[in-house]
Amino acid sequence: MRYLPLTPSDREQMLAKVGVASIEDLFLDVPEIARLDGPIHDLPFAQGELAVERHMQRLSNASVAAGSVPFFCGAGAYRHAVPASVDHLIQRSEFLTTYTPYQPEMAQGTVQTLFEFQSQVAGLLACDVANASMYDGSTACAEAVVMAARVTKRTKVVFSGGLHPHYRRAARTLAKHSGLEIAGLPMAINDEAAVLAAVDQNTACVVVQCPNVFGTLTDFTELAKAVQAKGALLIAVFTEAVAFGLVTPPGEMGADIVAGEGQSIGNSLNFGGPYVGLFATKDKYVRQMPGRLAGETVDADGTRGFVLTLSTREQHIRRDKATSNICTNSGLCALAFTIHMTLLGDKGLKHLAQLNHEAACETADAVSSIAGVDLLSESFFNEFAVRLPGDAAKAVEAMAAQGVLGGVPYSRLRQEPGFENVLLIAATETTTAEDIASLADTLKKVI
Amino acid sequence: MAMNTIGRPTAAVANDAAAPTTFSGARGLLQPTSLIFETGSIDRTGVDLPPVKGVKSRLGGVARTTSTGNPGLSEPEAVRHYVRLSQRNYAIDLGMFPLGSCTMKHNARLNEKMARLPGFADVHPLQPVSTVQGALSVMDQLSHWLITLTGMKAVALSPKAGAHGELCGMLAIRAALDAQGQAHRRRVLVPESAHGTNPATAVQCGFIVDEIKAAPDGRVDLSDLKTKLGDDVAGIMLTNPNTCGLFERDIREIADLIHAAGGYFYCDGANFNAIAGRVRPGDLGVDAMHINLHKTFSTPHGGGGPGSGPTVLSDALGPFAPVPYVVTRTDGTLDLVEHEVDSDGEPFGRMVAFHGQMGMYTRALTYMLSHGADGIKQASEDAVLNANYVQACLKEHMSPAFDGVCMHEALFDDSWLEGTGVTTLDFAKAMIDEGYHPMTMYFPLVVHGAMLIEPTESESKASLDAFVASMAGLAKAAKSGDTARFTGAPYHAPVKRLDETRAARKPVLKWSPPVEANKIAAE
Ligand SMILES: Cc1ncc(COP(=O)(O)O)c(C=O)c1O
Repeated sequence: MRYLPLTPSDREQMLAKVGVASIEDLFLDVPEIARLDGPIHDLPFAQGELAVERHMQRLSNASVAAGSVPFFCGAGAYRHAVPASVDHLIQRSEFLTTYTPYQPEMAQGTVQTLFEFQSQVAGLLACDVANASMYDGSTACAEAVVMAARVTKRTKVVFSGGLHPHYRRAARTLAKHSGLEIAGLPMAINDEAAVLAAVDQNTACVVVQCPNVFGTLTDFTELAKAVQAKGALLIAVFTEAVAFGLVTPPGEMGADIVAGEGQSIGNSLNFGGPYVGLFATKDKYVRQMPGRLAGETVDADGTRGFVLTLSTREQHIRRDKATSNICTNSGLCALAFTIHMTLLGDKGLKHLAQLNHEAACETADAVSSIAGVDLLSESFFNEFAVRLPGDAAKAVEAMAAQGVLGGVPYSRLRQEPGFENVLLIAATETTTAEDIASLADTLKKVI
Repeated sequence: MAMNTIGRPTAAVANDAAAPTTFSGARGLLQPTSLIFETGSIDRTGVDLPPVKGVKSRLGGVARTTSTGNPGLSEPEAVRHYVRLSQRNYAIDLGMFPLGSCTMKHNARLNEKMARLPGFADVHPLQPVSTVQGALSVMDQLSHWLITLTGMKAVALSPKAGAHGELCGMLAIRAALDAQGQAHRRRVLVPESAHGTNPATAVQCGFIVDEIKAAPDGRVDLSDLKTKLGDDVAGIMLTNPNTCGLFERDIREIADLIHAAGGYFYCDGANFNAIAGRVRPGDLGVDAMHINLHKTFSTPHGGGGPGSGPTVLSDALGPFAPVPYVVTRTDGTLDLVEHEVDSDGEPFGRMVAFHGQMGMYTRALTYMLSHGADGIKQASEDAVLNANYVQACLKEHMSPAFDGVCMHEALFDDSWLEGTGVTTLDFAKAMIDEGYHPMTMYFPLVVHGAMLIEPTESESKASLDAFVASMAGLAKAAKSGDTARFTGAPYHAPVKRLDETRAARKPVLKWSPPVEANKIAAE
């Protein structure tokens, strides 16, 4: 077995040193009834690289890769061009094969990149402080909700109807068991007034999204003020981090907590994971934050260095009183994010965002000129919603049969009457003029 | 070919002068590492993009007017920045990383290569299922392996890491209790030795934690457990093998007791790597258990994640699994169940957007196919043998926390350091100078000054012998009064011991321009 260095004679010598006759003697604490007499049945035996690679390659071939067809899926995961150096650097042994930096003197590479990551995220979102990552955007959203309840000591949560349904579900799962009461507004392309109206004296937070799940952009500045005046917090969620190269960041709109998905910078689609949750807030709430934080300090010689800090919030110190149970986070995806962001810089990010917006504008023009297709999003960044004359899921299936991945039917996210015909279409810098033409042609044919 | 015959070969000259401070700040191969904010600039970029067209904006008045403040670097600068930083990290690829409970085993590069195949890495989670049959097969095959290896009935793949898997299992327990009209059961028994995520998880699910004591042999104190049972008990969260590296030999009795009391048995499966292929938790009476794919099945830890925490469930809890899950249609194709039946009244629901950690599933499946049922069993046995060998070799130098054989981890306390002026922390920092990542320290909490050593099956005997020699050397040094070796350590790391107290007292959590930094300092 290529991964196991011990030889039979090593094993014998080692058993002798331990003072037992056989390996069985090391498993005597296992109840007799649970001891197996050999390798588990129904599973294959060890195989060489070649055989394993063949197996996996066959499975890979059984899916349609996004890059091989005109591709317009978004709804929380976006296909962007990631520079080759990003994937090369994250595969360096010293980053890939190390643990959470519990011993900072031998992990400065990891802790410093996390410090830079936090700084970049704070800058991108215009927030005081960001943590070292969460699992993904949806779990970051869930943690934001329970954090808001801790901060305000209130128990009601208002979800805007523009929030990604998966985020809403994930947040609800966590919040419900923390004794929180959920007020979910009906799905809506714009529901600011309804959100504010739902806030009462017991409301801990409202959760809004920009760009929202229908692509629509909303300035939440006034809403944030009104919500805060009622003693609640505004949580701003996002699923497309590239947007903030072009769109007013949530911190500038006055959001108290910002939670979203960082996948689209540095990370590939990966069928939904691993991704990287971004989490930021105001300085005054830092001690209520979940997750790890890297901070600056000095060593015994006074040289600058970095460590994980404020860990008295965390489960390994506070156990049942911790702000969250999170331990492992999304370190390597955060590294990919920070490297890509460093390559882009402010200038590159804005340029990239503009290309995304332009591709979406062109796609929207092409699609909405088809008879029977209505553009629902008045404003948008790189994703918009259209209403088709018929069922959107069927249209998407029919387009796929013709080799076009033409978007995500809204019903895929949530089955809600009145939304069966809604199709979400995303375009990025990877979208070409030919892709747009194929989409328009195919869509016209299938509806 | 002409050879250089004039060059002068260097000769080593004995020299006992102290190393001079360099002008560059480098120390030979160890290069200085500034922050990107100090070297980059706001108008530099390392990505070439096609020109923008000037299409009329449709941002609806929500256009950003401010800078992100994030500097850019050209590609050569960026590559150098991260390579330099990487060289300040220790890694399993560099040497032994015996961080107990964390299972730092070898990360095969075949797994990395497979995870990057376009049919896995470049597929969107919401493509029509007809276009992702291969990706769904990976989930289906991984499920089969996990269910078969654990002897359980169902698996929820979507949890994103171990702690998230705990949440999944405990939420399933809560949902099952609610469905049985047992909503008043809110007390969860958690041994004192448990990992911090266990009590934190229980609380996140709305449970109250009740600690149970450890017996002198490092296992659950059965009599204490019995006194804590009652009709308000929801279940127990027990790690097995436990965090002391010991198998809970009364596990069947514990399971029976908990079941008889009307509760469920959650098993923290972080240590499954000691028994995978040899023992099936399903045979032990477990109702739910998460599996850290990033431990047992070697998906890389990446400096803190990502992980993956699939949670296997018993017959009783299977119906309460979250969405999504993969099902086989009558025509043999695969489908995803993504919607709860009753969208707001359902007991559990969804834990996460999309379907979990696909990138980890492909790596773990590659590991499983490579090892096979026989290799997985052998790996567990080697992991246990390696730990016992280390324990046997070190017991004359250090004090094992418990008598007898261990599973995959050797646990020592700090009684052997008494009177030396050296603490577990100091000892750990001296290991850094020896070129080893320290073992897990001060965990589990039930052992004073705990040192938890997990060598894993990836270490050869020669590697263990070298480690033991180094540890024995340190132990002798500590006992012989060579205290400075420890209290001043590390001496040979890229930085000296870092001041964690200062970092927490005046948190600096992001970079600020020097002017602002000075202003803050002055305040
Ligand atoms: C015993 C134990 N339980 C749970 C966990 C949590 O797992 P994760 O970090 O994947 O969330 C760990 C991780 O260190 C552990 O060692």
